[in-house]
Amino acid sequence: MTELLIRNAYVIDPINDIRGEIMDIPIREGKIVEEVSDRAPVIDAEGYLTLPGGIDSHSHVCGTKVNFGRYMSPEDMRAGRTARKGRMHVTSGYSVPTTFGNSYRYSAMGYTMVLEGAMAPLEARHTHEEFTATPHQDMMANTLFDGNWSIMEAVLDKDVKRAAAVVAWILNAVKGFAIKLTNPGGTEAWGWGEDLAGIHDEVPHFGVTPAEIIGTMIRANELLHLPHSVHLHCNNLGVPGNHRTTLETIALAPDLNPKRQSLYLTHVQFHSYGGTTWRDIDSRSEEVTKAVNAKPQVVMDMGQIMFGRTTTMTADGPMEFKLYMLHHNKWSNHDVELETGSGIIPVYYTRKSLVNCIMWAIGLELALLTKNPWQCILATDNPNGAPFVKYPEIIALLMSKKFREQEGALLDPRTEHHVPLFAIDRELDWYEIAVMTRAAQAKALGIQDLGRGHLAPGALADVAIYPMKTDQLDPATQFQQVIAGFARTRYTIKRGRVVARDGEVVVDGANSTIWVRPKVPPEYDLSRDPEFVKKFEQYYTVRMRNYPVQDTYLPRGICIETEADL
Amino acid sequence: MKVEDVICPFCGCLCDDLVVEVEGERVIGVENGCTLAQEKFMGDHRLGHPIRRTGKEWTPVSYDEAIETAARVLLEADRPLLYGWSGTQGEAQSVGVHLAELLGAVIDNTSTVCHGPSIMAIQEVGHPGCTLGQVKNRADLLIYWGCNPIDAHPRHMSRYTTYADGFFLKDAFRDRKVIVVDIRETESSNIADEFIRIDPGGDYEVLSALRAIVRGKGALVPASVSGVSREQLFRVADLCKAARFGAIFFGLGLTMSPGKQKNIRNAIELTEELNRHTKFTISPMRGHWNVYGSNEVFTWISGYPYAVDFARGIAFYNPGETTAVDILKRGECDACLVVASDPGAHFPRDCCAHLASIPTIQIDPHVNATTHLSHLQIPVAVTGIDAEGTAYRMDGVPIRTRSLFPSRYPTDTEILERIYAIVAREKGP
Ligand code: SF4
Repeated sequence: MTELLIRNAYVIDPINDIRGEIMDIPIREGKIVEEVSDRAPVIDAEGYLTLPGGIDSHSHVCGTKVNFGRYMSPEDMRAGRTARKGRMHVTSGYSVPTTFGNSYRYSAMGYTMVLEGAMAPLEARHTHEEFTATPHQDMMANTLFDGNWSIMEAVLDKDVKRAAAVVAWILNAVKGFAIKLTNPGGTEAWGWGEDLAGIHDEVPHFGVTPAEIIGTMIRANELLHLPHSVHLHCNNLGVPGNHRTTLETIALAPDLNPKRQSLYLTHVQFHSYGGTTWRDIDSRSEEVTKAVNAKPQVVMDMGQIMFGRTTTMTADGPMEFKLYMLHHNKWSNHDVELETGSGIIPVYYTRKSLVNCIMWAIGLELALLTKNPWQCILATDNPNGAPFVKYPEIIALLMSKKFREQEGALLDPRTEHHVPLFAIDRELDWYEIAVMTRAAQAKALGIQDLGRGHLAPGALADVAIYPMKTDQLDPATQFQQVIAGFARTRYTIKRGRVVARDGEVVVDGANSTIWVRPKVPPEYDLSRDPEFVKKFEQYYTVRMRNYPVQDTYLPRGICIETEADL
Repeated sequence: MKVEDVICPFCGCLCDDLVVEVEGERVIGVENGCTLAQEKFMGDHRLGHPIRRTGKEWTPVSYDEAIETAARVLLEADRPLLYGWSGTQGEAQSVGVHLAELLGAVIDNTSTVCHGPSIMAIQEVGHPGCTLGQVKNRADLLIYWGCNPIDAHPRHMSRYTTYADGFFLKDAFRDRKVIVVDIRETESSNIADEFIRIDPGGDYEVLSALRAIVRGKGALVPASVSGVSREQLFRVADLCKAARFGAIFFGLGLTMSPGKQKNIRNAIELTEELNRHTKFTISPMRGHWNVYGSNEVFTWISGYPYAVDFARGIAFYNPGETTAVDILKRGECDACLVVASDPGAHFPRDCCAHLASIPTIQIDPHVNATTHLSHLQIPVAVTGIDAEGTAYRMDGVPIRTRSLFPSRYPTDTEILERIYAIVAREKGP
């Protein structure tokens, strides 16, 4: 029986409405319990800020395009090399680290769960292989349906149940967690080198629009009772004037689930631009947050960008080509038959670029103008806006107006005419940061009932103890200490075991992968549907039998079963 | 017993629709496979047990002894090289990289002598590619450049391109145009709508001329470029621009001819240029069934697709310095583990001579040219026949190969894990 007692922790646990109390946290067999024996080893938290383990609800860390980001970028690999040390493997990479590099860096920051933002079903096996080499975080995979032919056919037939059946079959086959739509319809158009300009444009050859795909998928998602909602990367990413598309999309979200949002919008910073060209682009964070504030059925993450080098990677192939035409560095693209696509380019966000300065401001504005912190999650769309190691800096910016002004002074001086940021006085507090970095994620992903994202007895013992005493630290002025404090936990505890101490990983680790199996009635089981099977065999290049990911790729899989209403 | 939907572990096409008839521990028939597949499934030149060389003699040894010897050799070496990996499962490749890390060794895969230049070009300019099904369903123009799929990837055209019916092309063979570029006529060039015959070493110039034409600078192009007429170049450029979806496939004729990675870079930049007019993709024709897998596995663990040197404790990559041929040429390594490949048949003579002069250990089911340079050979199960494991198709699609009958042999992964365990015990965490 393994036990552990964390003593004298200053706990903020938003899901249980604990807003800063000195407490003990008893742990047995990887779970939080009421009490432990007096033989339990003790960690003295010394009154340090103690939170549930961090959860990243949108990050690109594993899979085909992530690995291609590494493959094509030896310069990035050189930038983050660490040697083998104790239990720690060699790591390489700054913006797209190796799997162990990602895992260790997340651990150092107190993160214990990560959702991979985009997995192409056909190539799912690859994502799962990399998951098993990301030892210290439990992993989940958003599964791409944006250009799925069977989905678009069901949408054309206005057959929500069939769309749900397709989702059920694919999630089960590829061991995915949630529905991801990336530029819905646009990735199929990119199969012909085209894109869509709005959510009412028709997808070439398929006769459906993004709005119809999104609407159908939201309803299919709820029919299947999936833990998470539809996870949407809106159309028109990175296009001046795209806030209109975003507002139209927010308006689509119905009220279907009392427990959580019915639509999750990712990296909204990239979708909140006014203007008509790069010359007159401005921030529309006020309009977007106004819509979100009025719509509790929507949760978003920021997609904050931070200055410096990074690699962009997304299933949004056409967007990456447009971005490449601006940057002219290098460009990779990888379209996936019948399903989706992807693109990768390196970028450098610079304070010398007015556009980049505006982008930087918009992300912060989204967080500061959203009234309810549960509706705005802190993320960079790692590594698109910035590598996740920048999270502590983002936290400090949100907690300190002074820090924002200090950074603002380094920007292109025209920035202030295009953004409202410097007129916003709000400074987030420790509780709000705890919501935006773990509790809101657990709730939005629908995994709090699995004991994730909180510290009540019965929950998984994922705990982060940061070397900061909130009563001795004024984040408004001592932002450098906040950055240092969130960058390295004193202890990161995963499933009741100390995995990292003072930034160093101390055990080998073995994660779990959480996936979802919606159970559907036999008449909706597509493996018995002759038309589906025939199409599969005709147009895919792998046989249907060779498509599903075998259990051996998930040595510690955790399956959430749901009963579909079909 | 007939097993359906079997995956062929021979070439980068990784066809997954074979029907294989098995009797006990033997394959007695293969349907759907090409002749290469037949040979792979039916061939039987497997060693019965590990063998060790003493002087001119080979003596059988036990697996325990062979594994212990291999671990000792690697532990005692100052600069071990772990080479090969394209003919084995991803699981073994993964243990291989960790073993190299632990030993401070150099690890390299066979792409170093095939598509290494393609990787270097991709690292300079990227890679607009796609899965093979995109080509099958959409492409109305195909270009095979410096490769001869009919011989080397016999089912490429029937499964994925020329003859494969696609969603948007009902009568594929008539609706698609095929262009073959090569220095000589081949089986593949005979079926092409357009055969561009170029002078040896002329690829770079021809690619540059095509780029110039597509870019609207065709006036600069002379009457003939490396043996190709200006008229043909313009005709081909027009075909490319008029295509709705074009797909270029290229082989060693482009990667290993004069210009090497510069050729590939030029071809990728031509593809990029064509994307300003229409949709175009480019893909390397990967040879061995899992060579692309070795690039993938190496990358997610070490950050680099091949030629990784762990001697400094970190992962260091510098093709030309850390590549197997260069290390052997300099006589630098003092022990070599060869896994699932045959450098003895493909490396320059002085590299082979060096391999013969140091303790070289081979993990491979078959006797091949490398056996004659080795001191120890450990036979293993064949992934895809009597062992299952992960493989990556030439377009990056991962597939799990099957085991058709229980094996008498351990897998590469098992052997490597046991070697790793001994090394780890000695070296500590
Ligand atoms: S084309 Fe390649 S993979 Fe397909 S059957 Fe022939 S050898 Fe095997």
